[in-house]
Amino acid sequence: MPPVLSVKDLSVSMNGTKGMVPVLEHLSFDVAQGKTMALVGESGCGKSMTALAIMQLLPEDFRVTSGSILLDGVEVLSASPKELRSLRGNKMSMIFQEPMTALNPLYTVGNQIGEVLRQRRGLSRRDAHAQAIQFLKAVQIPAADKRVDAYPHQLSGGMRQRVMIAMALACKPKLLIADEPTTALDVTVQAQIFDLLSELQDDTDTAIVLITHDLGAVAELADDVAVLYAGRCIEQGAADEIIAHARHPYTRGLMACVPHLQLGRAIDHLAAALDEIPGMVPPLGARGPDCAFLPRCAFASEICRAQPQPPLDRINAGAAVSCWRHQEIAPGAMA
Amino acid sequence: MNLVLHVSKQLANAFGLLLAVLVLNFCLIHAAPGDPALVIAGEMGGASADVIAALRVKYGLDKSMLEQLFTYLGKVTTGDFGYSYYFNEPVLGLIGQRIPATLYLVLSALAMSVVIGTLLGIISARKPNGLFSQGVTVISLAGYAAPVFWTGLMLLLLFGSVWPILPVTGMTDVARPKAGLAYVLDVMQHLVLPATTLGLVYIAQYSRLARVNMIDALTADYVRTARAKGLPEIIVIGKHALRNTLIPIVTVAGLQFGHLFAGAVLVETVFSWPGMGRLVFESILRRDYPTLLAVLFFSAVLVMAANIVTDLVYRLVDPRIRSGGR
Repeated sequence: MPPVLSVKDLSVSMNGTKGMVPVLEHLSFDVAQGKTMALVGESGCGKSMTALAIMQLLPEDFRVTSGSILLDGVEVLSASPKELRSLRGNKMSMIFQEPMTALNPLYTVGNQIGEVLRQRRGLSRRDAHAQAIQFLKAVQIPAADKRVDAYPHQLSGGMRQRVMIAMALACKPKLLIADEPTTALDVTVQAQIFDLLSELQDDTDTAIVLITHDLGAVAELADDVAVLYAGRCIEQGAADEIIAHARHPYTRGLMACVPHLQLGRAIDHLAAALDEIPGMVPPLGARGPDCAFLPRCAFASEICRAQPQPPLDRINAGAAVSCWRHQEIAPGAMA
Repeated sequence: MNLVLHVSKQLANAFGLLLAVLVLNFCLIHAAPGDPALVIAGEMGGASADVIAALRVKYGLDKSMLEQLFTYLGKVTTGDFGYSYYFNEPVLGLIGQRIPATLYLVLSALAMSVVIGTLLGIISARKPNGLFSQGVTVISLAGYAAPVFWTGLMLLLLFGSVWPILPVTGMTDVARPKAGLAYVLDVMQHLVLPATTLGLVYIAQYSRLARVNMIDALTADYVRTARAKGLPEIIVIGKHALRNTLIPIVTVAGLQFGHLFAGAVLVETVFSWPGMGRLVFESILRRDYPTLLAVLFFSAVLVMAANIVTDLVYRLVDPRIRSGGR
């Protein structure tokens, strides 16, 4: 079966004062029905721009400069505004990081869920309202028949994000893009939202692109993962493979940044102590052809400095990495 | 908060304010130079000192100011605003004739400036650096900078003599019928120039306000959400962005109601519009204190009524206010 979403060689640039500045370079990935692809990385690595490029909702100064985005066989990049409107909501939808500002404060949540149904399915106001209650129940909002008439400010953060999810799934899209859906929420609520997403995915077989910097969520939810750094994919593959055998120094650094509760026993290559990656992501426009992680990399050597960043090198069926020294520095190979 | 409770609180506030307006205006007018008895004597074609003294006694002008104030307040509570010694009729009747004209003028100027200004602002927000947007900016600033009476005089010249297609004085044409649709059309025709003159200043303000708020709204997350839902652009803008843009406009429109009254004084004078503004002007010139006091009082009543209405509209537009939310 062909993948629901197929992104090939996608590059996005920002039209800045100094000309076009690349923010995302040559990203490729596929997401199959019922599967979850996680895009992982620090702020400013191009995750959200990938999501917005797929939705064709890039901010004004941003442009897709190359590549192709096939959604259910339809090329999104060449779709007319009318085709795009019918793709959005129907075939793909998105939930955002900040559920307070992503919902319109002036309309009830029922109105905001129902308007999609009225537009798309031609439902009457009353039917859309009744359906909205069903969707609120589906995202496990208690007293859904009362909450449907609530305004966003009357709901908690977790509730609002549930409303966003209900809204996104209202037209049963084939693809759901979740852009850091839990970043603005309490830790306990985060887990609930991830559980909900995973349950809904089991029911509806929706393909999910999950954008996150939460590696715990990746381990729990994702089938595949792509690690982005400074707009480039530096490691990509099956989620369990990458988490068990991270090869790129950056991915390994990210893992070391996650607090582990099993402090009693060391987890093989992961240090028990909480680590940090020194330095910062290079700013836009300051990214040369060489490895963008070079200035922060503990393993950098002459070959890294002499050569441009290598393309993704396929290690095995489940993993690919972009690092000159990944074999030398692999955990087993280290002295 | 309960709506009834809220409105009653506002009404109580308004009542206190109106009392203050009455007392303050009364004192201010008494502090101003000029003697009504002399003016009346002047109208009579001159009078001896005895006659002037008799006039003072007749109108109670010989009593102390405090005594005059309490007499006035006492009469006002019974609905008696006195007798105009210039117009020779009871003040209340005079005001009753003038209030509709002023309301037509002020409300149509307000409606025009809010609707046109908001539309211009919204259209220019679509392309903030485009030619249309810059044109609106220039015209807005010109409209805002030009004094009302000057704009009025220019329009009067233009449509009175250069291109005489619109009536330039009064509210009705003596030759036309005084009832039915023909009357309504007649008044509307006479209303065009005064309302445009008064509205122009505010079109500038509303277009700026709508433009900046629309630009804000168009980059808001909820507009991105609406687009992500695949809603047609007309709903994205007309429903999601517009209502958020309207909140500050409603606020400003309510606050500006008082300004519009002040502007109406000039406009009514320029276009001989038979409203309260001209009545203020005439009663000041004639030292017709009972009329002046009553006009000021009823202007205050209208402004306060406008504020209460604004508040209610505001609650209608923004649910966060209704529920006293965060």
